[in-house]
Amino acid sequence: MPEPLLDVRGITMKFGSLVANEDVTFAVNEGEIVSLIGPNGAGKTTLFNCITGFYKPHSGRVFFNGIDITAKPPHYSARLGLTRTFQIVKPLKEMTVKENVMTGAFLRTSGKKQAELTAMEILELTHLAEKSDVPAASLTIADKKRLEIARALATRPKMLMLDEAMAGLNQTEIKDAMELCLGLKRKGITLLVVEHIMEAIMPISDRVVVLNAGKKIADDVPENVTSNEEVIKAYLGERYNAKSKKS
Amino acid sequence: MMKKMKFHPLLVIFFVILILPFINDNINFHHIMIMFLIYAGLGEAWNIITGFAGQTSFGHAAFFGIGAYTSTVLFYRMHISPWAGMILGILLATLVAAVVSYPCFKLKGHYFAIATLAIAEIIKQIFISWEYVEGATGISIPVMDEGILNMQFHTSKIPYFLIAFAIFSIAVLTAHYIEQNKMGFYLKAIREGGDAAEAIGIDTVKYKLFAMMISAALSAAFGTLYAQYILYIDPFMVFTMDVSMKIVLLTVLGGLGSIYGPIIGAAILIPLSEYTRIFLGGTGKGVDLIIFGALIVAVACFEPEGILGIFKKGQRKKRGVDYARATT
Repeated sequence: MPEPLLDVRGITMKFGSLVANEDVTFAVNEGEIVSLIGPNGAGKTTLFNCITGFYKPHSGRVFFNGIDITAKPPHYSARLGLTRTFQIVKPLKEMTVKENVMTGAFLRTSGKKQAELTAMEILELTHLAEKSDVPAASLTIADKKRLEIARALATRPKMLMLDEAMAGLNQTEIKDAMELCLGLKRKGITLLVVEHIMEAIMPISDRVVVLNAGKKIADDVPENVTSNEEVIKAYLGERYNAKSKKS
Repeated sequence: MMKKMKFHPLLVIFFVILILPFINDNINFHHIMIMFLIYAGLGEAWNIITGFAGQTSFGHAAFFGIGAYTSTVLFYRMHISPWAGMILGILLATLVAAVVSYPCFKLKGHYFAIATLAIAEIIKQIFISWEYVEGATGISIPVMDEGILNMQFHTSKIPYFLIAFAIFSIAVLTAHYIEQNKMGFYLKAIREGGDAAEAIGIDTVKYKLFAMMISAALSAAFGTLYAQYILYIDPFMVFTMDVSMKIVLLTVLGGLGSIYGPIIGAAILIPLSEYTRIFLGGTGKGVDLIIFGALIVAVACFEPEGILGIFKKGQRKKRGVDYARATT
């Protein structure tokens, strides 16, 4: 079996006495779309922060492409080809849409012309091209989410980690986002996606990792995860789980 | 949008500044032009770390003073040419900037600003009690033969003006080059959000450090020139908060984060402060700052982008149609 692209081994993260992640282990293989789901407060974003170096986990290790990136600064993993987006979008407000994306593109080039070309190409792909000269601050939330992805894509990642990139979008926008994810997969970009919208991610995911109260409770193909009792219990509570057993 | 113009606005600005002292022969006016270039240049230097990278420094007098003292002490004690002193001062200020700001970059927002303020005060206190550099008494630079090597000119202010213009141009072009290239994009990304910048691969500490070092180097060069021009320095002149604050205020008034901002700001503040000093003498001390304070309040209330913001608004109105099309 080939070595996984992202290998997360036994990550534990505590905030005081609160255990946000407890001994979480999973892997993402090259070319896969893996989604990370779980109820609110399950520790998904914390895990993202541990993987990308925004937090220093108490124990456990993270390997990307065989390189230990545990507790390395975030820019280090980005340079290796692991780029993330933020759940709370962080546009560079005073810059235009194009300048936002160019800033990402500068990771792989020092030339302004080249950065501009990369940016235009990615703006086409993410349907932002006609807004390229608009200040990022004046975009709608859906466009800000797109911009967040566009800027990350401009760094030419091997693997992209999307933190709730679809939250707050309407049905058509979600369809677009799903198409975009599949398009990226075809381009050979591996994806790790945190999402709440099940109908959006179940169809596109190769595998689903489920977190509950900081622990991993399932890691399987989508069909098996949806019928997994522990997952249903985590999402719907004990009572509904009992009912489903009777029937 | 700028491409339609025949000349880059910077070239026009350079040209106008350069010919002004040759049109007006008044010695006071020459003095004001030199002070204008020094402060506009310091504003450009400060703008790199604060305007572009968003790290507010209230202690730039420290770098200015180190530049002034390095060349002066070397000239006074060892008769080393101020040009060599200027280069050593630049190196020393760059080194101090790196050593001092590296730990400070762990501080965010206001705390960083307070730290720079404190460090500048500490450096001032060191110079006040340091006997080798004549402490609080200050150093009168020995008057030597006029000439480029000694960087002393006694019959005309024009050579000082030309040197000031050269360093000013270097400062403006450095800031312009940074703004137009990768480093400018990276510094602005750091200003607008450190986490977002890190996530797309920007080594935020490294770039902040670079920006601070470049900024300090430019400030130090002006320090040497200032010392050679006034021919006397003491810690209260060059390390004072007045210098730090003037740099901050004129840039904010003109337009923070733009290469035109410090030029506009200095063109208002420096004539204001020099002419009030000339006309009102000692009794008028501080009048300039009162007027300037009022201007700052007005700008903060009505045009937070500085005077430059007013121009930008005019331009935006002209381009209004394109803009509306782009947003729909």
